[in-house]
Amino acid sequence: MSGKDKNLHNMSESESEQEGVDKEGIEWIMNLPDVPMKLPPHVELQRTRVECKADAPIHTDTIQYSGAFASMGFDNSLRLDNFRNNFKIEVIDLKEDDIEFDMIGIDPALANAFRRILISEVPTMAIEKVLFANNTSIVQDEVLAHRLGLVPIRVDPRLFKYSDKDAPNENNTIVFRLHACCERGKPRLTVTSKALTWLPNGSEFPLVSDKSVSNSKPKTYTSFSCSQNTLSKEFSNNPIGPKDSDIILARLGPGQEIELEAHAVKGMGKTHAKWSPVATAWYRMLPEVVLMEEIEDELAEELEKKCPVNVFDIEDIAGKKRATVARPRDCTLCRECIRGDAWEKRVALRRVKDHFIFKIESTGALPPEVLFTEAVKILEDKCERLIAELS
Amino acid sequence: MEHGSFTDETKSTFSMADEDHTLANALRCTLNQDPRVTFCGYSIPHPSDNRVNIRVQTTGDPAREVLKDACQNLMVVCQHVRNTFDKAVLDFNLTKPKEKPVGDINIK
Ligand code: SF4
Repeated sequence: MSGKDKNLHNMSESESEQEGVDKEGIEWIMNLPDVPMKLPPHVELQRTRVECKADAPIHTDTIQYSGAFASMGFDNSLRLDNFRNNFKIEVIDLKEDDIEFDMIGIDPALANAFRRILISEVPTMAIEKVLFANNTSIVQDEVLAHRLGLVPIRVDPRLFKYSDKDAPNENNTIVFRLHACCERGKPRLTVTSKALTWLPNGSEFPLVSDKSVSNSKPKTYTSFSCSQNTLSKEFSNNPIGPKDSDIILARLGPGQEIELEAHAVKGMGKTHAKWSPVATAWYRMLPEVVLMEEIEDELAEELEKKCPVNVFDIEDIAGKKRATVARPRDCTLCRECIRGDAWEKRVALRRVKDHFIFKIESTGALPPEVLFTEAVKILEDKCERLIAELS
Repeated sequence: MEHGSFTDETKSTFSMADEDHTLANALRCTLNQDPRVTFCGYSIPHPSDNRVNIRVQTTGDPAREVLKDACQNLMVVCQHVRNTFDKAVLDFNLTKPKEKPVGDINIK
């Protein structure tokens, strides 16, 4: 509650600054002994926690309306400085492709906006066009093309443009070549994503219809004006390729052959999931397990056994066994511990409404922490565009 | 696009093309926390139409300005989220050195 106290204090300050004339008036009112300075505890609990009861959760809604608690003298409006003071992010774990972090003090609408943008609006590069020169394998062209599309490509999409209606060039297309052949008399060959080789100079397949120029290089399916190697230092140090080299694309029997060229372009997850930069991005609210009374001896042992993920521990104090909540974060809210007689009264299962445990699993184009920053930037851009449209 | 009346600026519906729940819900939540707003909600008239309508009714200020302020607020919030996040990642990397460096590729 002390945090809330502070909020209210801030609130009355900023309010009095705004309305300089009424300054004394408002201060006078706020200092009256019977003006409630905070919500009564049970309402505060409903406002900040979802309670999970044996049959269904209650108080699941977020109360956003600024005047929701006006009759109790509580201001529910958004104050930016309040948000700034209370908002926190803690990184729990960060690996090459995953991140887990706690986002505290933010509205679910915003947390969800970030999640939705991560899944469907952060761009990546993915194979969109496949030109087959030869395919005698048992995997049909269209199936193989689809499989190729889903191979994550390790390249920063920010270095490329959307191709839209432009001809494929060095700024919007990445070309890969794949040639695999299983010779007769040899065992079957597994073609993996390792076989995709990057062609920094663009397509090597000549345009069949083009007979006009005979002097210079024959025209191909892409019109690169220079090698992509020269565009960015990163490309030459770290050649573009599939993120994982062991994705199975096809198996070839003796005498079968695949020869193709795959063109990757920039796109977004809402067009096709192959452009989604995340395997998944999700969040859950922080579980809160509270023992409403002392749980001792047999009951404590029973409780410890009930929980499938070992949220509870048993403390031994002077021969007395007492249950404690040791790992509330692991709680999956399976509600096993509140099943059966009277257990609902002993254990309260809650979720903190503004504390999100956020997880992002990147497919590999960008590191997960960069993905999140990009997602937030995209939401900012949306706002900016709307402001421009309105003025 | 704004659908409102000329005489009463305090109530308006804003129709936005190429947007969905992502922006509309975030805006609805910011608008609702603005004490000048008496009513605010959004709807997607047809699922195959890329369009949302946001309805804003205020206590007296022009709805358009209030919506603009909400966008501004949302942007400030986003910026703060981004800064906090960057700091948190930096802190994490400082306190827990990796076996393998993260983000080895293409970070600008
Ligand atoms: S809800 Fe399930 S996981 Fe959570 S504490 Fe109870 S038994 Fe354990």
